[in-house]
Amino acid sequence: MFAASRRVFPGFNLSVGYSLVYLSLIVLIPLAAVAIKSGNLGWAAFWDVVSAPNVVASYKLSFGAALLAGLINALFGLTLAWVLVRYTFPGKRLIDALVDLPFALPTAVTGIALTALYSQNGWVGQYLEPLGIKVAFTPLGILIALVFIGLPFVVRTVQPVLEDLETELEEAAASLGASRWQTFRHVVLPILFPAILTGFALAFARAVGEYGSVIFIAGNIPMVSEITPLLIITKLEQYDYEGATAIAVSMLVISLLLLLAINGLQAWTAKRTGRRA
Amino acid sequence: MKRLQKILAFTLAAAFSAGAFAQTSLLNVSYDVARELYKDINPAFVASWKAKTGETLNIKQSHGGSSKQAGAIIAGLQADVITMNQAPDIDILFTRGGLVNKNWRKAFPYDAAPYSSVSVFLVRKGNPKGIKDWSDLTQSGLKVIVPNPKLTGNGRYTYLAAWGYALQKTRSEAGAKDFVAKLFANVPVLDGGGRGATTTFTQRGIGDVLVTFENEAHLIEQEVGAGKFDIVYPSLTIEAPAPVAVVDSVVAKRGTAKQAKAYLNFLFSNQGQEIIAKHHLRPKNPAVFKKYAKRFPAVKTFTVESLLGGWAAAHEKHFADGGVYDQIARRR
Repeated sequence: MFAASRRVFPGFNLSVGYSLVYLSLIVLIPLAAVAIKSGNLGWAAFWDVVSAPNVVASYKLSFGAALLAGLINALFGLTLAWVLVRYTFPGKRLIDALVDLPFALPTAVTGIALTALYSQNGWVGQYLEPLGIKVAFTPLGILIALVFIGLPFVVRTVQPVLEDLETELEEAAASLGASRWQTFRHVVLPILFPAILTGFALAFARAVGEYGSVIFIAGNIPMVSEITPLLIITKLEQYDYEGATAIAVSMLVISLLLLLAINGLQAWTAKRTGRRA
Repeated sequence: MKRLQKILAFTLAAAFSAGAFAQTSLLNVSYDVARELYKDINPAFVASWKAKTGETLNIKQSHGGSSKQAGAIIAGLQADVITMNQAPDIDILFTRGGLVNKNWRKAFPYDAAPYSSVSVFLVRKGNPKGIKDWSDLTQSGLKVIVPNPKLTGNGRYTYLAAWGYALQKTRSEAGAKDFVAKLFANVPVLDGGGRGATTTFTQRGIGDVLVTFENEAHLIEQEVGAGKFDIVYPSLTIEAPAPVAVVDSVVAKRGTAKQAKAYLNFLFSNQGQEIIAKHHLRPKNPAVFKKYAKRFPAVKTFTVESLLGGWAAAHEKHFADGGVYDQIARRR
């Protein structure tokens, strides 16, 4: 099967071996070190650390806000990608470049800028405050920071697929009597869906681990606005390296399960739409 | 080919001997906000050491969150000396690997702390809320800005200062616990660093009072503009000594024991103490302190050692997981 056709990369053994070594060096070995360090605790102590009330509250906040931010980004990232691919307007290239900015900005800068904007005396915050909407130093502020840093993922995964999507498909659907919604729902969306899911998964994964930008806007009140990465830093500050790695391992496990679920969903939709998984 | 080898060997030899004759360097690993102080201390020491011995020293600085800095030394950072703002960050070097002497406090005068600072209140100009003492901070509706006690020495000192005040006043631990619970219920933001709390209070306009170190309060006055804030000294507060130590295992290896000891001793000299006083840090030398007494209003203080049984006990009781701080935090 592998020898049947000439491939760009030499030899199956060589390229797979190289991939595995590389993946081990960059990803698996550091993660294994984290797991082993937390193993020093013993199961009972490990469970005590990862199931403490403030830690559980932080999981809910971190994963909840990350999922919500991923969904918001999926929706608006799709819209943005659509606008950038399908329309021409002055300043389009500039907007296209702006999309990547959240990648390039140091996260601390993001956090400080957002806090300055949304605090009670900030440009935006001063108008929200009289309405009773508090953003900075609340979970809402965390959500905004996570939406900001996750924006590029969906746009950049959907954009190329949308560029390859021929408008003839939509015209054909329209000429067969499909409404705009039917065309979108049954023709466009199934093709874009795997890309949207990938973008969503990336934005979500990034948001779960985000520390730098969130820490400035979160307020960090125990049980209310403490994200899980903050609790890891808290343990490190107290020289509790085992406790810190225990929380890290629990985060990894939850993230892995969620990402597997997203991958499963992707495979399922691919199968349903009759494309190769 | 032969010639090439010769050239190569010569270049290498030159490179190595250049290394051998390079000036002696010292690495001072310090906490985050000591940058400005050591920027003034280092050139003064280098000049005095050169005058005394003829040797030109090169002093390198590393600043960062104090626990992270100590963690880096434990992980192998080759620091000759460590200068911190709380003793646990030096004690940990002994407990995790014996990098400093067990009795490091005895190696220099004043328990190896050349200076200290005290926790004070910074209020908005004219003190509109009439904040005079710790007891004023627990009134309902007041907003108090404190850095996170789980993350920062500054926050830990604030918490312990409030605890000590209430302990003296109510004469009971239950009363003290109730007091700190009420105080921390008034804290809307727990910043991850002392400077972060300063920004929240001064730039974001959040809070009626910022509890921070005296020198930080003066720095705010100078940097953010005099006339915007007032400093209030409570009736009783905590004294936070800033301890220093030679990292024995490193200086033994690098052969810098003599220079490292002299460097830290310089902090206790008259010249060093004067530089310290100019940074609004309270010098330990009584003569120098007296000379700059105008900068340092008299205030009744206690220390972690005098009232709370030392850092190990205080940490175990208050800041360890499930300790008093966690209990009051979960009560909100």
